Amino acid sequence: MAASTGALLRKAGLRTGHAALLSAFVVFTALPFAWMLITAFKRDSDLYNPNNNPLWFNEPPTLAHWDYVLNRTPFVQWLTNTALVGLAVIVITLLLAVPAAYALSRLLGSWGERLGIMIFLVYLVPPTLLFIPMARVISSLGLQNTLWSLIVVYPTITVPFSTWLLMGFFKSIPRDLEEAAMIDGCSRLGAMVRVVLPLVVPGIITVVIFSFTLSAQEFIYALTFVTSTAVKTVSVGVPQDMVRGDIFFWGPLMASAFTASVPVAILYYLVLDRFVQGFTTAGAFK
Amino acid sequence: MVELVQRTTATIATRGRSLLNRDRVLGPLMLSPAVLYIILLVGFPFVFAIYLSLTDATVGRPVGEFVGLENFRQIIQTRSFRTALRNTFIFTFVSQTIILILANILSLALQRDFRGKGLVMFLILLPWVAPVSLTTIAWLWMFHSRFSLIDWFLNKLNLIEGNLFWLGRPDLAMIAIIVVHVWRMFPFATVILMAGHSALPRDVLESAMVDGAGFWRIFFQIRLPLLLPIMSVAVLFSTVFTFSDMTVVYVLTRGGPFDTTHVLSSAAYLRGIFGGNLSVGAATSLFLFPVLLIAAILILRIARRTEVT
Repeated sequence: MAASTGALLRKAGLRTGHAALLSAFVVFTALPFAWMLITAFKRDSDLYNPNNNPLWFNEPPTLAHWDYVLNRTPFVQWLTNTALVGLAVIVITLLLAVPAAYALSRLLGSWGERLGIMIFLVYLVPPTLLFIPMARVISSLGLQNTLWSLIVVYPTITVPFSTWLLMGFFKSIPRDLEEAAMIDGCSRLGAMVRVVLPLVVPGIITVVIFSFTLSAQEFIYALTFVTSTAVKTVSVGVPQDMVRGDIFFWGPLMASAFTASVPVAILYYLVLDRFVQGFTTAGAFK
Repeated sequence: MVELVQRTTATIATRGRSLLNRDRVLGPLMLSPAVLYIILLVGFPFVFAIYLSLTDATVGRPVGEFVGLENFRQIIQTRSFRTALRNTFIFTFVSQTIILILANILSLALQRDFRGKGLVMFLILLPWVAPVSLTTIAWLWMFHSRFSLIDWFLNKLNLIEGNLFWLGRPDLAMIAIIVVHVWRMFPFATVILMAGHSALPRDVLESAMVDGAGFWRIFFQIRLPLLLPIMSVAVLFSTVFTFSDMTVVYVLTRGGPFDTTHVLSSAAYLRGIFGGNLSVGAATSLFLFPVLLIAAILILRIARRTEVT
């Protein structure tokens, strides 16, 4: 009897410890987001009073910062630019990565696998290694300070990873399906388009979301190629152009950072499992 | 005549179609656009970076003269470069160590199912899935010289009085940068480790439990050794991302105070893009390459080893 009470207590203790540990982690990861949200609704007089509890509304909340962001900054323009770049990057990525992944996983035999991992490694080439020569390439193409510069360059990051991801999807589809379609008179391409592509729609959706979120997150190329406020994407416009001199507009800054980052985070989170699979299979941990 | 033309186009069309049905023709054809794109926009710029680093090119004079290894020799002698090189390694090494510890603890804690696990997972992964340049602004505000939330907590706990000026002091600024790197990357390492945990052989774990092995024994003698390959995968990727990143430093400190927190990439940006000295900037960036190459080789080796077994 006593032993079982002890075991029960132990179990309850473990459960509390477990909850406390996870709560500590959640506070660490989510606190900056919570503070963004609180700051975005706080009056300036409340924000900049060091005696106030920063996590509490000592004065009634306000929408003034949101009004400022929407009406007196180019925030909406930046969102539009981000969406345009994202859409174009999605199209280019799909056009290049889908055929490449199909060829690597189906048509090129054992060479396909080897080439595939080489292409995946290109994803690890960081923008900071290439931004200086890339800036020369962009300016010699006459694209500096345009959205086109980003549209042309981002697929260098999205295509390698997407090709790798899609290879995994293609490999999971039995070859018999295509072969049956080809016996029925389909060409190889016809079989791919009509039989295989519909089955890899989840993979294609992953690539679409990955390409879009990458375009929304990328900072270094955007910082390097685009200098005019009107052509910036949101990830570089907010940190660069909403901070003027030494005066920080913390309310508007947090309102815009929160609005732009949380939707991207949700989208990315939706495909995270498949994204992580890309990394774990790169370590061939199957 | 018309008939002849029709017949030839027909044969060309069928022959084209049958060629397209051959894997050895269709394969390279479908692969080549992606490969060409990568060669033109990754391969060429990389070679161009090496070329620039061996010349004295600037934005004003894009075609420089060949100077051999002069840029590298000069850079190594400057103090700011050595600081940046040292910082890059410190930031990477310290943050990876902390990331590895935190990710191990958290991935283990998340093995158990509980109510609201989905929401907890989302909140934990927020730092990794949100745009880093935007979330680092939130940290800039957390480390504010006067209204820092962290200072406020420390004041409440009576640990400090007044403000710490996080980003105004070199040592604290370094800590701040490491905190943000850890915050951003450990969720990524955690999910990779979780994938590893769920791939562990259930029967081995269960029979160990039946044999009376305790939690710690199972962790150190079974889980940890089996997780090593995937753990090194997590660390290698996370190292590559941290080592080459300049966003955190750029948004948080811009290399300050007094140029004490620069990393290789931010130093390259400052000289090459901001200062217009293409050759020195390119040479500075190229110092990233050896570490990235080693990481890539290690990733390939792990891949090959697990393939054999």
